[in-house]
Amino acid sequence: MSLVLATAALAGAVRAAPFEDTIAQRVLACTGCHGEQGRAGPDGYYPRLAGKPAGYLFNQLRNFRDERRHYELMNGLLALLDDAYLHEIAAYFAALDVPYPPPAAPLASAELRERGEALVRRGDPARSVPACTQCHGDAMTGRPPFIPGLLGLPRDYLNAQLGAWRNGQRRAIAPDCMAQVARSLAPEEIGAVSAWLAAQPVPAHSQPAGDAGASLPIPCGGLAPPIASAAGGAGR
Amino acid sequence: MRRLGGALLAIVVVAVLGVAVVFWLNRNDDLEFAAVATSPADVAATVARGEYLVRAGSCFGCHTEPGGVPYAGGRAIETPFGVVHAPNLTPDATGLARWTSDDFWRALHNGRARDGRLLYPAFPYPNYTRLARADSDAMFAYLQSLAPVAKQNRAHALRFPFDQQAALAVWRALFFRPERFALDPAQSPQWNRGAYLVETLGHCNACHSRRNVFGATAGPLDLAGGLIPIQNWYAPSLHDDREAGVGDWPEREVVALLQSGVSARATVQGPMAEVVARSTRYLSDSDLAAMAAYLRALPAIERGEPPSAEAAAAPSERGAKLYADRCANCHGARGEGVSGAYPALAGNRAVAISPPANLVHIVLRGGFAPTTSGNPRPFGMPPFATVLSDRDVADVLSFIRASWGQRAPAVSPLEVSRYRGAAAR
Repeated sequence: MSLVLATAALAGAVRAAPFEDTIAQRVLACTGCHGEQGRAGPDGYYPRLAGKPAGYLFNQLRNFRDERRHYELMNGLLALLDDAYLHEIAAYFAALDVPYPPPAAPLASAELRERGEALVRRGDPARSVPACTQCHGDAMTGRPPFIPGLLGLPRDYLNAQLGAWRNGQRRAIAPDCMAQVARSLAPEEIGAVSAWLAAQPVPAHSQPAGDAGASLPIPCGGLAPPIASAAGGAGR
Repeated sequence: MRRLGGALLAIVVVAVLGVAVVFWLNRNDDLEFAAVATSPADVAATVARGEYLVRAGSCFGCHTEPGGVPYAGGRAIETPFGVVHAPNLTPDATGLARWTSDDFWRALHNGRARDGRLLYPAFPYPNYTRLARADSDAMFAYLQSLAPVAKQNRAHALRFPFDQQAALAVWRALFFRPERFALDPAQSPQWNRGAYLVETLGHCNACHSRRNVFGATAGPLDLAGGLIPIQNWYAPSLHDDREAGVGDWPEREVVALLQSGVSARATVQGPMAEVVARSTRYLSDSDLAAMAAYLRALPAIERGEPPSAEAAAAPSERGAKLYADRCANCHGARGEGVSGAYPALAGNRAVAISPPANLVHIVLRGGFAPTTSGNPRPFGMPPFATVLSDRDVADVLSFIRASWGQRAPAVSPLEVSRYRGAAAR
């Protein structure tokens, strides 16, 4: 089923408007899977790009290019693109304001979602697990330019990403705060957090909000990446 | 009994002689050039020249991990014989700190490490052996000028018997001799410079030629194309104008392709995109023109007869429909493409090459041309690996290969499956 849906979406993206030399035209390689205007693929595995903070998107593009994140098709597509172009691609998708679909009907039990909400809003101080909202904002819509929102993402995608951080498949620039958080959660807690987050509606025209300068509970390397890092993969 | 003893003795003598010959061939280092003393005033210029030569030699591609510090090594190079890990070239104790320019020259010219170990020819010393000593010294000076990176080399993971130095010694006795680059007085200085860059530093034949069962090429002059082991991209023949030969290209288009990754006639993809991104984009106009002169003058060698019309694919309705749904928006209903953005497929020789490995990779993985100063915002093609089956890919490629006047053989789902590999499923 998911294959059929993905097929339909891809065909739709490829049957776009006639050729114009625009950045939208240049990133058809992205929207083929991530949906028209990067509004997310249909099957839960290709996340939304539209409206995410530019710094966050840039970091993810670099993480795929430099193989801190592992997905062969993404690694291959980005391997030979330099920072300047990745910045442009990130800024393009970040500036798109396209409506979110309503959240999927919750499949998890109310009990599980309650456990998830408690972790999202309060964390677990006894184990030094910070609340999601401490960094991602009380409205969970993220904080520019590096911290993404948590709403409007499918449950499968959230589970896969937290799981990947937990087992080291997804990495960020050190210190890798999300890896630390994910490792302190049990698999069923990850499931609870994902279930609750995926069931929340996204506020209309939600923009990342909050003070980017406010202190965070744990250090995150992705917040101040050295732009002209000697470790950059392409461009040398 | 005496006759048996004699035969045994003869076998022992032959074996000892054989070992002696292999040993002698491997110890027969060619070290007669002395390093040229460099005055301190020249050091900066030497380092800069070394950086240029290291780029021309494509050292980055193997000696840098994705996202890693340049030249600190660690990248795993998969070969049919196992995995070779490229070592750290920075001047740390874990890298080349204790090496001298003589040691470095011996590695490039004789394929032996500072401690005397024989080096695996995944390191293209069968090409680098012809480097000029002064170039080797400049490359070494550049590498020694880098910030030291403490990074232990990873041991190779080769299968028996390929992990044995004795096996490598036999391989070298069969397939390797230290050589010098000889100028061809019958050719222009420009051609000779191009030959040096293509045959020696650029080691183009490492991909653009066929390897025998022992992984050896026929030598740096053979650029007749071959399937790159493990990666399974086909490096097309540079001798054949139906593949990647440039005998009928103007020089400026060859230069444009190597400099920017795109030209009016082609766009680099796959391993060649990496070569442009890591190496040739940095070369001077005059060096690229020299490479173009050399490549344009290569003797024409055609790989067999053009395929007959009967062997050509019959354009199926299924393939035509897939093309209309998936490809036509960018590549055009008649395969005409969009100039400067999407390659035309009609009349595109890359479409007709057999084996169709590269077409399968491009459809499955998509891709961007590399970002270069001449093409800083490349267009891209989405990957279709997750949405097209082996049969879909075979049908649409067979349609393209049999349309708009093209008469190339059909692509089978089995071929697609073979090139798809385990990773892109």
